[in-house]
Amino acid sequence: MIRVVLPAHLRTLARFDDDVELQIEGPVTQRTVLDAIEARFPMLRGTIRDHVTKKRRAFVRFYACEEDLSNESPDAPLPDAVAAGVEPFLVIGAMAGG
Amino acid sequence: MIGPKEKSHERTSQRSRSRGQSTKPVIQTERERVMSGVRVLVGTRKGAFILTSDAQRAKWKVSGPHFAGWEIYHLKGSQVDPNRLYASQCSGWFGQLIQRSDDGGKTWEPVGNEFTYEGATGTHLWYDGTQHPWEFKRVWHLEPSLTERDTVYAGVEDAALFKSIDGGKSWQELAGLRGHSSGPWWQPGAGGMCLHTIVLDPSNPGRMFIAISAAGVFRTDDAGQTWRPINRGLVSEQIPDPKAEVGHCVHRIAMHPSRPNVLFMQKHWDVMRSDDSGENWHEVSGNLPTDFGFPIDVHTHEPETIYVIPIKSDSEHYPPEGKLRVYRSRTGGNEWEALTKGLPQEYCYVNVLRDALCVDALDPCGLYFGTTGGQVYGSADAGDSWSPIVRDLPAVLSVEVQTLS
Repeated sequence: MIRVVLPAHLRTLARFDDDVELQIEGPVTQRTVLDAIEARFPMLRGTIRDHVTKKRRAFVRFYACEEDLSNESPDAPLPDAVAAGVEPFLVIGAMAGG
Repeated sequence: MIGPKEKSHERTSQRSRSRGQSTKPVIQTERERVMSGVRVLVGTRKGAFILTSDAQRAKWKVSGPHFAGWEIYHLKGSQVDPNRLYASQCSGWFGQLIQRSDDGGKTWEPVGNEFTYEGATGTHLWYDGTQHPWEFKRVWHLEPSLTERDTVYAGVEDAALFKSIDGGKSWQELAGLRGHSSGPWWQPGAGGMCLHTIVLDPSNPGRMFIAISAAGVFRTDDAGQTWRPINRGLVSEQIPDPKAEVGHCVHRIAMHPSRPNVLFMQKHWDVMRSDDSGENWHEVSGNLPTDFGFPIDVHTHEPETIYVIPIKSDSEHYPPEGKLRVYRSRTGGNEWEALTKGLPQEYCYVNVLRDALCVDALDPCGLYFGTTGGQVYGSADAGDSWSPIVRDLPAVLSVEVQTLS
């Protein structure tokens, strides 16, 4: 099981106040994880990445295993610890403001 | 201020001495029997609030924040089904959502949030004089159809008009507007290039008016297929050709439903009027202390009575002399009187944004407006006197009112 931690506002929107556990067949990448998130929670479409281009929204970041993976290719494999469910994939609302 | 502990009387139209509002016998009008209360929908920088009262508009119940932490640019209810509400919810982090309620705001469901420009995206004029691709940023205004329960329009930034015919689940651009030949020359104002005003003509289903900052007013007579600018008579010293066909920073337009050919406008500077569906405009600023401002609205029962809230200037977004004054004209403009009773008359430096003034349909006509300081003021006597309904909300972006039966 892949574990995904969503930011508070998206948990509220999804009405799911917990870590999300996903079963993903095939390669575990940002794209396949986000596809699975959006399939389970359709109301999150457009909030993490653009509907059409699938580009990450500017103030959303992706962390895992104490690394910032935000600018990695969406098709690059996520760390083995994420794929194995040992470490979570973190969707973060970036620090923004003052 | 009446706090949230007050009991709501939303569904009752009775007036009685026991509520302590009057010692005089109260004769209830037919209008009040039919329309028994109001629901004020308030959008703020950090959530939505719903204020409800009976027809006396003296005691209020406050609910919220709904969508806490999110910017709520606008909420509006359907005239066809008043329990159907739409809200524009957005944030810099997570983008745009549209929420819909079918029970008067008690519960909400996110509906469609995909606003994709039709066809080739195209470009418009950027601040540095170059062409810049259209880019969706947010929904400024939601306007439910006057006749179709599931039809609603959305005015967005970068300026475009979208329509949904399935209650907000999916959105299609009415691309004829952005495709107008002047489109590449539209330019954002300081607040962004937003389509912020949508006025539907109740007598002509094919006609609607929209306003864009900073392009001006456009009208369609074929339900959104084709559009043309209607800005003749506007004079804006801030643009190279002050009388240009397109390029004016129109802040708001308003119409009385009984006279859809008469339009009123608060422009960046100047209060304007048209008596021919926008074909020609003339200035009616008259004796206003300043003719800069954002909102404008029309009295529900008096089509020649209009309201504005003057703001000192485009760089000083607060009332002149620190006195918060609503101005009323009973002559359709030119002759204005200050309405001050109950409003702060010293040290007041808030702004009132373009969607933050509205009128209810009760008699006497009620008015409501919200400020960037978080106050929502109400008047139950057509503006003669005011009192704060709430005074410490986040900055208010929009105020709409529904008159409930």
